[in-house]
Amino acid sequence: MLKLEKRPQPSRLWTWVTPLLAVVITMVAGGALFAALGKDPVEAIATIFWQPLFGEFAFYYRPQLLIKGAPLILIAIGLSLGFRAGIWNIGAEGQYIVGALTGAGVGLAFYPTESVLIFPLMVLAGALGGWVWAMIPAVLKLRFGTNEILVSLMLVYVAEQLLAAMALGPMKNPEGMGFPGSRNLRQYESAHNAELITGTGMHWGVVAAFIAVIFAYVLLTRHSLGYHIRLTGQAPRAARFAGVRPARLVLVCLGTAGALAGLAGMFEVSGPAGQVSIDFNVGYGFTAIIVAFLGRLHPLGILLAGLLMALTYIGGEIAQSNMGLPAAAIQLFQGMLLFFLLAVDVLTNYRIRFMSREAV
Amino acid sequence: MDMGSISPELLLASLMVAATPILLAALGELVVERAGVLNLGVEGMMITGAICGFAVAVNSGSPAFGFAAAAGGGAVLALLFALLTQVALANQVASGLALTLFGLGLSSLLGQGYVGIKPPPVAKLDIPLLGDIPFLGRVLFSHDLMVYLGLALVALIWWMLKYSRAGLILRAVGENHDAAHALGYKVVRIRVAAILFGGACAGLGGAYISLIRVPQWTEGMTAGAGWIALALVVFASWKAGRVLLGAWLFGGVTVLQLNLQAASVQFPLSTFGWMFFGAPLIYLIRRKLQRSRVSWRAITAVTAISATGLGYALVMRGALAPFKVEYLSMSPYLITILVLVIMAGDKSRAPASLGRIFHASQ
Repeated sequence: MLKLEKRPQPSRLWTWVTPLLAVVITMVAGGALFAALGKDPVEAIATIFWQPLFGEFAFYYRPQLLIKGAPLILIAIGLSLGFRAGIWNIGAEGQYIVGALTGAGVGLAFYPTESVLIFPLMVLAGALGGWVWAMIPAVLKLRFGTNEILVSLMLVYVAEQLLAAMALGPMKNPEGMGFPGSRNLRQYESAHNAELITGTGMHWGVVAAFIAVIFAYVLLTRHSLGYHIRLTGQAPRAARFAGVRPARLVLVCLGTAGALAGLAGMFEVSGPAGQVSIDFNVGYGFTAIIVAFLGRLHPLGILLAGLLMALTYIGGEIAQSNMGLPAAAIQLFQGMLLFFLLAVDVLTNYRIRFMSREAV
Repeated sequence: MDMGSISPELLLASLMVAATPILLAALGELVVERAGVLNLGVEGMMITGAICGFAVAVNSGSPAFGFAAAAGGGAVLALLFALLTQVALANQVASGLALTLFGLGLSSLLGQGYVGIKPPPVAKLDIPLLGDIPFLGRVLFSHDLMVYLGLALVALIWWMLKYSRAGLILRAVGENHDAAHALGYKVVRIRVAAILFGGACAGLGGAYISLIRVPQWTEGMTAGAGWIALALVVFASWKAGRVLLGAWLFGGVTVLQLNLQAASVQFPLSTFGWMFFGAPLIYLIRRKLQRSRVSWRAITAVTAISATGLGYALVMRGALAPFKVEYLSMSPYLITILVLVIMAGDKSRAPASLGRIFHASQ
């Protein structure tokens, strides 16, 4: 009979093996799914994971890896701080939208003035917008004890409506022949988040993502605040006795997550997306939750997981156009990944023992 | 505000319909949470139920089969959650999120061929005598069977939790799983059963949206109804009767804002002012009722905000602005947040073992 035995502490080995195991299981299950849809499973998996990196058109897809990975990593880094401390901000999608709106709003307000100061101002505005949106659940939690999961999630829907209102109203392109959507920031030099090195996909958002990874790594391993975050997550009572102020942690974790998500939105709207439009958000805020867990809430892990998840986005698009694989199949594939990860995670915290049935 | 075009009779009747999906989902989640499990995957189970019910109803031509399939689909998804949290002992918050992401992907995959199709119509029960009562007949007695199923479920769950032995055991498991285990109750089995029940209810709620409320299939059509159902359980302090009240409140808000959208009424700007005038006062009164000390600083702040609100309301008296659809569509979510803020103080009713992992060896 199988029996679970709690490990005295989580296994270090399994901590890093389980994400890989989850990826492998997801590939197998995903292959079965694709086979059920009538596609060749091996070809589908190869298209998703191999083509973007080493295929014929890899020169085109490789830069995409950074473009799609950067927002995921930025958001997931912010989320991971909170998740570590047991603060569940799942409204990153909303913070991402609001950051994009405030960032683009500042840019559009200056149109058509050209100045080197505009882009930095937009960056600040984007971070501030996301921060403010994340402060709503934080302050409500501290002041009234509301659940930050539900409030932050409700604000995603509010932000989506706000985005629609902006794209159709105040931010609509006056020269856009009545089409919804703002001016294209890519055609506005001062506000354009351009590629820094042509052909690499490297834009300021990617730089910010790398800085965030390093920043989070230093914070968690070298700074007392990071220690407090880890302590609160592992032993909330001990943390309280040690003098950790939970209120401060809530503000810091949600605020950082919001600001980073806002930044991600701002970099996206001023670069790859180009304009504020109704369907601007594509769910990075939710996928980032998967990235954060897959990366074990560790900055370096998140970096790798973010790139892997970006790979599934790009590979999914290729599979969509080449093999007619439905877009929803990729979404499901990503969902399965988190599922399997959580399932195999039992090996990290528990030992599986085979034993004969005995009297309990 | 020109409300003449909105008939209160129709409004109340459609309120009952709008409330049913969240009522069903919230009742299921109520049972799950009373068993000590926090399943945040309601949205995922609802949307899976919506597409399962829709697909089966379209293919079989029978809404009844559709609803059965929806309950089944929701329960299957809930089974995944049960495996994760009860067998693999995974974190319930993360597992619930995973369930929602998974369900959203699964539903849009399953629903590919069903966009733009009309489902078979669901017959309304025309209760002979009661349905002819002038006002109440339309409001209460001319709905489809599912509305009454929802109401019956409220009564059943209320009775079960309060008076039956099964309810007592369920509550014991939710309040203190170690004690329940020591008494010989099968904690895991009871929780799995509760989770499956919750999944079936969420599935029914989702199918109600796709088969009756809308009725058609669009991707992501539940639009946060599952999350509102979760909020409803908190709002209801884990009590079945209050879930009904909450569901009606949200149904009312939804219907009202849809009607306002359709009627394109003008919106008096002073409303904002009145809101800012009233909300701090309500807060202050609530604090007073709780007999907690209110500092002078808080009183000053409240007075300042209220006075500003009052000033704004008076200045803007008579100023009208057209309602924008997008802002109206925010209202159910904003009301949810507001309700959470008002009710958050009452945490004492939460099942004590809610969200905690049970492992028998400890």
